Formats: sequence, C-alpha cells, structure tokens
Amino acid sequence: MTAQTTTPGQPQELLRLAGIGKSFGPVQALHDIDLDLPVGQVTALLGDNGAGKSTLIKCISGIHAPDHGQMFWQGKQVHLHSPKEASDLGIATVYQDLALCDNLDIVANMFLGRELTKNWQLDEISMELAAKKTLQDLKVVTVRSIRQPVGSLSGGQRQSVAVARTVMQEAKLVILDEPTAALGVTQTQMVLDLITRLAQQNVAVLVISHNLSDAMAVADRIAVMYLGTMAAVGPKDQFDNQVIVDLMTTGTSSRMNLGGTSEQ
Amino acid sequence: MSSDDGDLNVVAAEAGAADILADSLGDYVRMWWTRVRAGDSGALPVLIGLAVIVIYFQLRSSAFLSSGNLVNLMTQAAWIVALGMAEVWVLLLGEIDLSIGYSSVMGAVIAAWMVSPSENLPWWLAVLAALAVPAVFSGILGLLFTWLRAPSFVVTLGGMLMGQGLLLYLVNVAAPSSGGTIRLTSNVLNDIEGGSMSPVAGWIVMAVAVALGALFFIRRDARRRASGLAAPPAAVTGLKIVAMAVAGVVLVLISNTNRGAGLISVRGVPWVVLVITVMLIAWSMLLSRTRFGRYVYAVGGNPEAARRSGISLTRIRVLAFALCGLTAGVMGIIYASYLGSVSNDTNGGQNVLYAVAAAVIGGTSLFGGRGKMLGAVIGGLIVAVIYNGLYLLNLGPDAVNMWTAAVLLAAVAVDTLARRRNPSIGR
Repeated sequence: MTAQTTTPGQPQELLRLAGIGKSFGPVQALHDIDLDLPVGQVTALLGDNGAGKSTLIKCISGIHAPDHGQMFWQGKQVHLHSPKEASDLGIATVYQDLALCDNLDIVANMFLGRELTKNWQLDEISMELAAKKTLQDLKVVTVRSIRQPVGSLSGGQRQSVAVARTVMQEAKLVILDEPTAALGVTQTQMVLDLITRLAQQNVAVLVISHNLSDAMAVADRIAVMYLGTMAAVGPKDQFDNQVIVDLMTTGTSSRMNLGGTSEQ
Repeated sequence: MSSDDGDLNVVAAEAGAADILADSLGDYVRMWWTRVRAGDSGALPVLIGLAVIVIYFQLRSSAFLSSGNLVNLMTQAAWIVALGMAEVWVLLLGEIDLSIGYSSVMGAVIAAWMVSPSENLPWWLAVLAALAVPAVFSGILGLLFTWLRAPSFVVTLGGMLMGQGLLLYLVNVAAPSSGGTIRLTSNVLNDIEGGSMSPVAGWIVMAVAVALGALFFIRRDARRRASGLAAPPAAVTGLKIVAMAVAGVVLVLISNTNRGAGLISVRGVPWVVLVITVMLIAWSMLLSRTRFGRYVYAVGGNPEAARRSGISLTRIRVLAFALCGLTAGVMGIIYASYLGSVSNDTNGGQNVLYAVAAAVIGGTSLFGGRGKMLGAVIGGLIVAVIYNGLYLLNLGPDAVNMWTAAVLLAAVAVDTLARRRNPSIGR
C-alpha cells in the first residue's frame, strides 16, 4: 500500500475538499465532491469530457468560488476567492498552454513575476544558480543551456520548465492540466518521470488526464469523475483500466474491488 | 526525502552539469546561432549591413568618408536615432506609437518659447518641459489604449492628428506673427547639435566610457565564473572590448580632425554624440537589468503569461508608452537644435515612420518581445547614411525614399522569416 506516515497533530492531507458543489445557472457542474490530496503523492483526476474536471481544478486554483462545501488546507478551513489567494497558499496550476514567454530564457521564465533583485538590479547570478539547482533536483538535464530562449525548447522541455517553475515558487500543491497531451513517447516519459520526482519533493500533485496508461503509470491515487460527481477515489491498486473506463462512462463499476472506499 | 534520494541527486547534478552549462567557445557559438535563427541576432549582422552601405557610398563618392561629412552625418542621424530609440519602447510591447513625431516637436515648441527673450526661462527648465510634454502625451495614449483595448495603431493615429493640431496651435500662440516658425535662442540648446567638445575633452570622455564599459564586462564575467556559472569565453568578451575601444578611438579621431573651411578651425566631438551615448546606456540598463525591463519583454513576448505571473499589464504598458514619449522629447530638443528653430510644418508623420524604420532595421521585432536600444542606434545610422550618401551623389528625395524602403523591407523580411522559423510559433 502507500507508505504514508502520519505524524501526530499534522494532517497528512494537504488539501481536503468536502461536499464541494458548483452551479453555473441551471447547470450543476459539480455535485458533492469529496477529495483528499496528500503530501508527496500524485493523484490522477480522470473523467470524460464534461465530467467537471476543469471546473474542479478551477475551484481549487481560486478561479471559481464553490457554491457549497468546504475546503481545508493543512487542516484549516479556507475560502479561495482569487487565483492570487490560491497561489499565496502554495497552489500552482500549470495549464495546457503553459504560459511561458518564448522570447525569454529558461531562468527568466522560472522567475517571472518573482525576480530576485539586488540594489534595484536583477540578481541574475542568484536566479541562475537557483534555477539550475531546481532543474538538477528534478533531473531535467536535457537542456543545453538554461540561458537559451524557451521558444527553442521541445514540447517536453517546455512542460518541464513550466513544472520546475512551480517548484521555484515553492508550491505545495501543483495541479497539472493534461501535461502529456501533444507530446511524443519519449517526451511523455520525461514528463511522467518529472511528475514522480516532484511528488518525491513532498509536493502534492494533482494530474488531470485523458490518458489512462499515463495516469496509471504516474499516479499513487486515482480519482474518477462522472457528470459532476466523484465516481470513485482510492489508491491505484484498487483500479484497473477496465474499472476506470466503466467509472468514466457509467459512473459505477461492478468489477471494482472496493470493500469500502479508501476515503473514510 | 530519504538519504538514498539525496545521493542520487548529487550524482544527477554532476552528470547534469555538463548538459546545463555552456562553457566552451563552441557552445557559445552554437547558442549564438540559435538566437540568430530565432531572430535575436544581436548587433553584428546589422553592423555588417551598415559597413556594406558605407563602403558602397565611399566607392561612389570620395567625399563620403571625409571628416566633415562624417560629423555632419552624426548630427543628421541623431534625431532619427533618438526617435528610433523611443519607438523601441513600444515596439518591444508589440505596439506602435505614431504620435511621437508630432508630440516631440510640441515639446520643442514649448522649450523654444520658454527660452525665448520674452520669457527668458533657464534652458534646463525648458528641457524638462520638452521631455514632460511628450511623455505625458504618450502616457495618456498608452492608458487609453489599455482601457479601450483598441489597437495602438489606431489610438496613436488619433494622437498623431491631435499632435499635429496642437503643434499648429502652439506655434501660433508662442510666436503669433512669425510665419509659423519659432527660433531656438538658447546657446546651450543650439550647441547640442552645433557645438563640440574640445578635442581633449573628447579623448577623456571616450577613454572613461570605454574603460567603464570594459570594467563592466570583465566584472560581470568574473562574478559569473566565481559563482560557477557559464560566462562568455574570454576571447568573446575581449573582442567586444576591443571593438568598443576601436569604435571610440575612430569616432574621436574623425571628430577631432579639422573640418573647418578656410581659416576657421572646427574640431571636436559634437555634444549630441554624448547625449545619445548617455541615453543608450541608461535605456539599455533599464531594459536589461531591472524588473521593469524584464516585464517589458515579457509583456511583448506573451501578455497572458505575464498577466498570470502577477505582472500588471496596464502599469507596464503605460510606463513604456510614457518612456517612449520621454525619449521622443529628447529627440524634439535634438531636432530643434539641428534646425535652429521649430516649424509648424514639421513632417512628424514621416519622421515617426523613419523612426519605426530605424528600430526595425536595427533588429527590433514588429511582433514584440525582441529588440535592443543599440539596434535603434545602428538602424538610425543606416537610415541617415542612405540619406546623406544619396545627397552626396546628387540624388534627391525620390531615391532616398526608395532606398530606405528597400532596406526597411529587407529588415521586415528578416524579422518575419525569423518568426516563422521559430519552432515554438504555431505550437
């Protein structure tokens, strides 16, 4: 099973969602969502188009405020009203479009908006050293120079820079939206390895994916959504591909080896 | 994290170091080539273009490289260079400011009026006003552009027409019965283009500037090496410093050669060269070494990424437009000093297009996010060389415009092709 140890007085869940609901007019996008995101683990969020994955991550990253339910951050209840409040807590979201400046180099992108300065001048040396260390910790070693413009990087390298950037910002929870979409086989493997190492650095990771094999390869826990509800959440070994497909398409699976959900 | 992981990371760090660092000359050249292909080629290709044009004109007319003509060229180029530098501020954002051709001259009219015998205000106060007027004017246009989310082309086109109207009005008010021209009566301001440093002062200023520049490069490289980071190979930095020193020596040698006609000796570096140099250094530092400068490039490269990083787009845009106006104010003073007066029939519309041409020829991208102040200086020199050289060959404005057009189109083609080749575009 999972190798978590719970120290007394410190909840293992970084973020706990309880009964989250969100409506847009008559459309109920999220209904009574429970989800725990533990430190040091990768949770894969799966679901068909329209299942509510995007709405859920927008609630977590502060873009939408939920209508119902509670959010607990390190055991304390929080209300997120803006992306800034979420990022101040330590929640970083990497969207599919990555939001990198192609004309700036890797270091500049990793520090964008949080540049280190010394006497009103950019402290390039400290930034480059810190960026280099972060990339090495994540074993992103395929870039020739961290002073090359991001526009000259491959898709996987760009994704790596975007992920490394969240580490640079000392994020505690990193949400990745389809990180392997549009990547080739080698690049996908590179990004999946990166996600694993990110979790090893005691970061909670939530990966949104369409790709079952990628999700199974990288996740410690699986969460499947179906039409705005949480169909099932649990450790990876409770699921196999067939069960997930059942859950994604019908919301239930007769094949699921549950014996009581892992939540509770 | 377990100790196992820690050991692994150390191993990875050592293995990875070779990949992440670019230490050798070969790597440096490869990186440079990557940048050239991405359109960020630096000054070298543009300088080569300038050299080719200069050689052509010298072959056609031996008067071209005479000391008198070269100093003349510097004074002709100064206003185009200054206006080109102004335009770089907004082009870096991916925007354009068409109004500065007129707003700069508006500032100059007010300055000329302030130093005129009737008002007799100090020259430095006039300079402040001449800088402030276009800075505020462009700042307001920047604010309007940000609020309306209308294309800057259209907003500043309105600014251009408004500026032309205000220029006509201001000249009428400041010099009612002068036939539309107000004379610049301040000796200090007229000396910017008309006067020169003493030959000795020219040498001293040049030597100090080159020494400071060399010290800056050497210290930067030394600090990077001391921190274990890749620095440009010593040969590259050495070449840069030698090139800087040679350029400085040649400039002062040319300027200190007597260019006077007959008995009167005229020697020395024109003051305007110092004005442009100081502005070049200040603006380059602001762009490359401060947060604000970094954000200008970021907003030009990907506004959405900049916004999500917590950068205020409005603040950066309005400030960049205001700095564009401020720089145009410097051009207004240089222009008035060059002509000795300010006229209400100044063709600000054409001037601003020359400025955009100068910036783009100098490697500033029309798509934003790419360009340097130094490029505008070299681009402005190219525009001025074409103008000067063709007049030496007794060719008129028809030829000047056609040549400038050809060079501009070449520069735009290079810019666009670089953008198209860039693998990240269209992904």
